[in-house]
Amino acid sequence: MGATLLQDRPPLVEVTPQGLFCPPGGFYIDPWRPVEQALITHAHGDHARGGSQRYLAARAGQALLRKRLGSDAELATLEYGERLTVGDVTVSFHPAGHVLGSAQIRIEHQGEVWIVSGDYKRTPDPTCAPFEVVRCDTLITEATFGLPIYRWDDPRLVAEDILSWWDGNRELGRASVLFCYALGKAQRILAELARLTDRTVLVHGAVSSLVASYREAGVQMLPTQLVSETEKGASFAGALVLAPPSAGGSTWMRRFGDVATAFASGWMRVRGNRRRRGFDRGFVLSDHADWPELLRTVEETQASRVLVTHGYSEPLARYLREKGLDAAPLATPFEGEAED
Amino acid sequence: MRRFADLYDALDATTSTNAKVEAMARYFREAPPQDAAWALYFLTGRRLKRLLTSKMLVPWTQELTGIPDWLFAEVYASVGDLAEVIALLLDQYERPATPEDLPLSWWLEQRLLPLKDLEPAEQREQVLSWWKVLPRRELFLLNKMLTGELRVGVSDTLVVRAVAQVAQLPPATVSHRLMGTWYPSRAFFEQLLSPDVSDGDVSRPYPFYLASPLEQPVESLGDPKDWLVEWKWDGIRGQLIRRQGNVYLWSRGEELITERFPEISEAAEALPDGTVIDGEVLAYENGRPLPFSRLQRRIGRQKLTPKVLAEAPSSFIAYDLLEERGEDLRGLPLRERRSRLEALLEDKPRFTVSPEVEASSWEELAMLRHESRGRNVEGFMLKRLESTYQHGRKRGDWWKWKIDPFTVDAVLLYAQPGHGRRSSLYTDYTFAVWNGSELLPVAKAYSGLTDQEISRLDRWIRGHTREKFGPVRSVDPEHVFELHFEGIAASPRHKSGIALRFPRIARWRLDKKPQDADSLASLQELLHAQH
Repeated sequence: MGATLLQDRPPLVEVTPQGLFCPPGGFYIDPWRPVEQALITHAHGDHARGGSQRYLAARAGQALLRKRLGSDAELATLEYGERLTVGDVTVSFHPAGHVLGSAQIRIEHQGEVWIVSGDYKRTPDPTCAPFEVVRCDTLITEATFGLPIYRWDDPRLVAEDILSWWDGNRELGRASVLFCYALGKAQRILAELARLTDRTVLVHGAVSSLVASYREAGVQMLPTQLVSETEKGASFAGALVLAPPSAGGSTWMRRFGDVATAFASGWMRVRGNRRRRGFDRGFVLSDHADWPELLRTVEETQASRVLVTHGYSEPLARYLREKGLDAAPLATPFEGEAED
Repeated sequence: MRRFADLYDALDATTSTNAKVEAMARYFREAPPQDAAWALYFLTGRRLKRLLTSKMLVPWTQELTGIPDWLFAEVYASVGDLAEVIALLLDQYERPATPEDLPLSWWLEQRLLPLKDLEPAEQREQVLSWWKVLPRRELFLLNKMLTGELRVGVSDTLVVRAVAQVAQLPPATVSHRLMGTWYPSRAFFEQLLSPDVSDGDVSRPYPFYLASPLEQPVESLGDPKDWLVEWKWDGIRGQLIRRQGNVYLWSRGEELITERFPEISEAAEALPDGTVIDGEVLAYENGRPLPFSRLQRRIGRQKLTPKVLAEAPSSFIAYDLLEERGEDLRGLPLRERRSRLEALLEDKPRFTVSPEVEASSWEELAMLRHESRGRNVEGFMLKRLESTYQHGRKRGDWWKWKIDPFTVDAVLLYAQPGHGRRSSLYTDYTFAVWNGSELLPVAKAYSGLTDQEISRLDRWIRGHTREKFGPVRSVDPEHVFELHFEGIAASPRHKSGIALRFPRIARWRLDKKPQDADSLASLQELLHAQH
């Protein structure tokens, strides 16, 4: 029997109304509607949704997923790299370097290998296992920051900038409110800052419980205190406060008095994004791959075909095609690093 | 240039006016005077002629980065600023660990300005060599200067405050010294800070007395005979100063606008020295004010060509006499100031004293007020005849009794996040009216809803987004809002062909369906009825 050309084989993963579906495995990946069997890449809300009958995920993300899916959800886990047969395929989870417990999903079927990257980054992050390059035939990659203007500085330098901003505000007797995603970014900032200082950081309730999960997983971070547990009438002058972006502009902000605000996000790379949002400062810190990391990943996985999901999927796919790869966008409702 | 980049960032990083003034004052104190002069040049909105075009810069960037045309276009569309796109794309180069830091003035005088005498190949070589070593922030500013687009988001008033603080001079003196054309040099900056204040004193205006909106029934003001009633002219409130042979026209925002209105400054030469008049700058023709939009068009023009002057001839309508023969009259009652003003201007036909509206009762005035729109005025000003000329918005003696605004029912079409406190909420809205079966945007409005309504609408917007364009979302055309506005003008810059003045949200009309919204035709009718 002659070898079938890869392109002629039925896809191992396709987009259906319920989500990304693997026909020979009979399961969905990060489905956006309830399904029977869901494989989950990580615990962010646009990837881990409740309501499905059975879930399978990487063990390192178990605690966070439990918080998202509830204690009733039927959740099985695998160690990174551990293989399991599901339907006619073999699946395994591999570190994606995005947030604690985040994974790429490897699917193998009759010698053909697909990788669904989920969200990922290549920049070092003390809060999670680093991205593992897994060779594959087809790579389904995200492209949240799939334009060549997106390049990240060394996160340790960004942490130094954050600290000097905090110090500057302290000298002026001002509180520093740093907006960042409650899951992943906040803990990464606390871990990066722990290399530079040992001061306590105040956190919003949405951040606090996730910090506890990270601590249980052994991640070293600055000491934290809940904003709501500070003494009544205490001054916030000089404090650093981590809060989700949704807390901005809410009545919750009023307590801080004289305050400087900042947002830590890859979007802050572009001036207009910060100005439109009205933040005093923007720190360019992202849990997604920048342009060079996306290109490097495509190259290192040696994939001959690349499907590009959320973000700047069209430009990245076109750029890869012009480099001679078989690449196309794939429409999904994943949000990547949402701007709000 | 690093110090200037720090200043630029500091101004960019705060919305607090005090912090902006503080940052500029620090720069003026610390920078070499020659650099400070150049910084002032840009801070006051002056611009260099464009040295290089984007047609040149784009291919040079592509040459260095290998980015194809379509991808460059994609990136440009997502950033919207060429200087920034180039700075971000070139960020892939290793920079020297300790980049040299040359003074701003050296950059401008020794490097940038001489570019214009070079051949394109030499220009390219120069620019590329700078691009390879300059850190990103400075590279961004360099590109802005090259393309003649460097603008700093700070008002002249704040710049003046900062210089005044450093020089310990009155702001009016500094503002006056910054007027007109000057070349940014060490000598200029030192002269600007010099303590000799004689020239500044002459131009200095008095603080304006502002009227408060009348919210109570007009009858509560007592006998109409105690009040001076004037039409509320829709122009630019101004103070005209004639001292020591010079003429100065100040706007309420303490901006010297003398040169913008040559007709008025010429007419003022007929005034005796030591005269200060409070009044209104209006576009005025055949004894009748023109709509504010005509004056606005004129303000927007860079050059006052004869055509521009003919389209919107300006005139000064006098309200009040603040100084006569060098004597400050502000402590006298309005009755007395007004009769002195009339006597002073009696033989000066190029000035008009704002006429007194005569009526025996408030009812009669209320009737007359309906004529406001036909007269291109905004209602009445009511001033107590015994009032002194106070300063700021002191309630009690001066009231503005405005006419009701125009209204239109329009459909919410786009939304984008607001600023500051509201930066996480969709609070900036674009509204549309029907043009046949199509909804055409006619106004943007930011205010008028309660916090509760804003958060309710914000949730609705997030759930009913059709498309996202950067920060802007298009939404399902479902909700109708009653907008109020103060005026309407033809505008070739808008797709709808009209521009509304001061549009704001009056009510969320949950009782109306999108098909109940107004049509473009009804707004056009309003426009024609006006002119």
